[in-house]
Amino acid sequence: MFRKIAISAVSALTLMTGAAWAEGEASTTDVAFSFEGPFGKFDEHQLQRGLQVYTEVCSACHGLKFLRIGALAEPGGPNLPEDQVKAYAKNITVTDAVTGEDRVATPADHFPANTGAGAPDLSVMAKARKGFSGPYGLGTNQLFKGMGGPEHIYSIITGFTGESKEVAGVTLYENHAFPGGWMAMPNTAVAADAVTYADGTEASLENEAEDVAAFLMWAAEPKMMTRKESGFKAVLLLGLLSVLLYLTNKKLWSKVKGKKLAH
Amino acid sequence: MAGIPHDHYEPKPGFQTWLHNRLPIVSLLYDTLMLPTPKNLNWMWIWGIVLTFCLALQIVTGIVLAMHYTPNTDLAFASVEHIMRDVNGGVMLRYLHANGASLFFFAVYCHIFRGLFYGSYKAPREVTWVIGMIIYFLMIATAFMGYVLPWGQMSFWGATVITGLFGAIPGVGTALQEWLLGGFAVGNATLNRFFSLHYLLPFVIAGLVGVHIWAFHTTGNNNPTGVEVRRTSKAEVEADTVPFWPYYVIKDLFALAVIMMIFFAIVGFMPNYLGDPDNYIQANPLATPAHIVPEWYLLPFYAILRTFDNTVWVVQLVHFVTFGIVDSKLFGVIAMAGAILAMALAPWLDTSSVRSGRYRPMFKAWFAVLVIDFVVLMWCGSQVPSAFTGWVGLIASTYWFAYFLVILPLLGVLEKPLLQPVSIEADFKSHYADPAE
Repeated sequence: MFRKIAISAVSALTLMTGAAWAEGEASTTDVAFSFEGPFGKFDEHQLQRGLQVYTEVCSACHGLKFLRIGALAEPGGPNLPEDQVKAYAKNITVTDAVTGEDRVATPADHFPANTGAGAPDLSVMAKARKGFSGPYGLGTNQLFKGMGGPEHIYSIITGFTGESKEVAGVTLYENHAFPGGWMAMPNTAVAADAVTYADGTEASLENEAEDVAAFLMWAAEPKMMTRKESGFKAVLLLGLLSVLLYLTNKKLWSKVKGKKLAH
Repeated sequence: MAGIPHDHYEPKPGFQTWLHNRLPIVSLLYDTLMLPTPKNLNWMWIWGIVLTFCLALQIVTGIVLAMHYTPNTDLAFASVEHIMRDVNGGVMLRYLHANGASLFFFAVYCHIFRGLFYGSYKAPREVTWVIGMIIYFLMIATAFMGYVLPWGQMSFWGATVITGLFGAIPGVGTALQEWLLGGFAVGNATLNRFFSLHYLLPFVIAGLVGVHIWAFHTTGNNNPTGVEVRRTSKAEVEADTVPFWPYYVIKDLFALAVIMMIFFAIVGFMPNYLGDPDNYIQANPLATPAHIVPEWYLLPFYAILRTFDNTVWVVQLVHFVTFGIVDSKLFGVIAMAGAILAMALAPWLDTSSVRSGRYRPMFKAWFAVLVIDFVVLMWCGSQVPSAFTGWVGLIASTYWFAYFLVILPLLGVLEKPLLQPVSIEADFKSHYADPAE
């Protein structure tokens, strides 16, 4: 009986959502990132390219205050060699927490916060925006597409129309992916060929956007690979345990409970 | 322990007797584990173990998280990121704790609706039911305060909205609200006391869980037939029951393993699915999020709170009759608290002498509508308010109250129940062949 009720409740919910499947979100483009799904992994070359885009373009206005520079060398991320990370840190100036003076950064330091231009910090941006919330705001499409944070970033970078307007002395730029349609980030912020990739990848706007979105997903959750691995191991072990307990339970109850009688 | 007759622990001479005369702890454990349990319990009886496990999981992960967390408005958000990035196993700890709350509520709703369907709340189990409702209420308080701790946008604004509800109480409201917050607005004092209480309340819940178990071990478990275990002789008890160990321990562990498998898949592969992305934005008192929503498990009652605005004629009427003391805000608060209170009063509102919904044809239909109603309320609570959600919410909220205050009392009089089995044994035999055959 309870099962019937549960089934009818679930099917009621499915009917409600089913009708709206066709709609989808207009603003967020779905990108097939390599790190999606239970077995998805970060592509370290893509993360390295994304780091380049962040360093040469985004970092002019944005900060990454929760990300440790040394994390760039950790496995499951961009996986840069230690000496390259040290060299990378040397290009960054940080304010020492103890002396209060500016000094050259080390891998133990965090990326600097950058609030000068009023741009938001990007440390957890890829988790702070959802790209997909449909149908009917139920968010069930996230089951298949993920939250869509990196997709949102990709869509913002590629979503400018070229239009701009001035509101109360601030220039706003039209962007289809941004809630409200107009944002303060200029449409010239990221352009094609803004960087030159060392590995020969074409620096089209789409490639740059995809790479930096992947990099920011990693920056938001540097331990994503460990997390999926732990999850996978747990599911496997619990699956095995379930089988063993199922058989134990069946054997145990066979003394009490016979075959189910047909009615 | 009073209740169903069964074998008790007999200490052997020597150390066992020595200990038993000083502290009968083995006896207590024996009686608890060997409790005669109806042998016809179905899969809806697994949620108690799942809930106990959830409580343990939340306490264990919570204690470790508290070692690394900093309850300070300037540092809280950063300390959570520190846990996620620098603490060994911190990612899993935090995601287990955050999603553990969701599993906890999922299990408690299954547990509550099981009780509602099989009449587990009816005499003699009213005390078990009421304690359960108090536990549920404390769970809401604990979860709400825990959600404030990461100090994200939804933490801050959720806290602002919910503590604001106390301000609706006439006379003492504002004073009460300031006393709760430790100031005029949600701030450092609020965060600190919420952290303190979030750490304290789980242990209060653990104590109440002990009392909850004590209570139903005294009355014995309910079962899907709703027919009591016969207690006149031990032979009859043995025909109706099996000992809790090993039969239900193994069955419950199997169920728990399957549920854990699904749970770990969510934690490992989609840990942020149930969370709000806005909570990854650090709290900013100057920027209100476009859409403030609680976590999914509080949505049905949030929907009831929001439904009764001043466009509803009942609210207008009450406002007029009480000379404006009960305004729409207070009405909403009363409705939300009343929705849970109505559920807690089910033992005295249900007039039917038949316990299990299995033998109540009319009740079945009304109960099915209640389950759907709960899902619809949850959906309403998650939506940006509109005229449509307003109407749906109003109808769904009205049904929630009607079910407990009108339908349950009337059904006992109007309904002609089906014939109940004479005993658990008789019902069991009509469903399952003799295992010896």
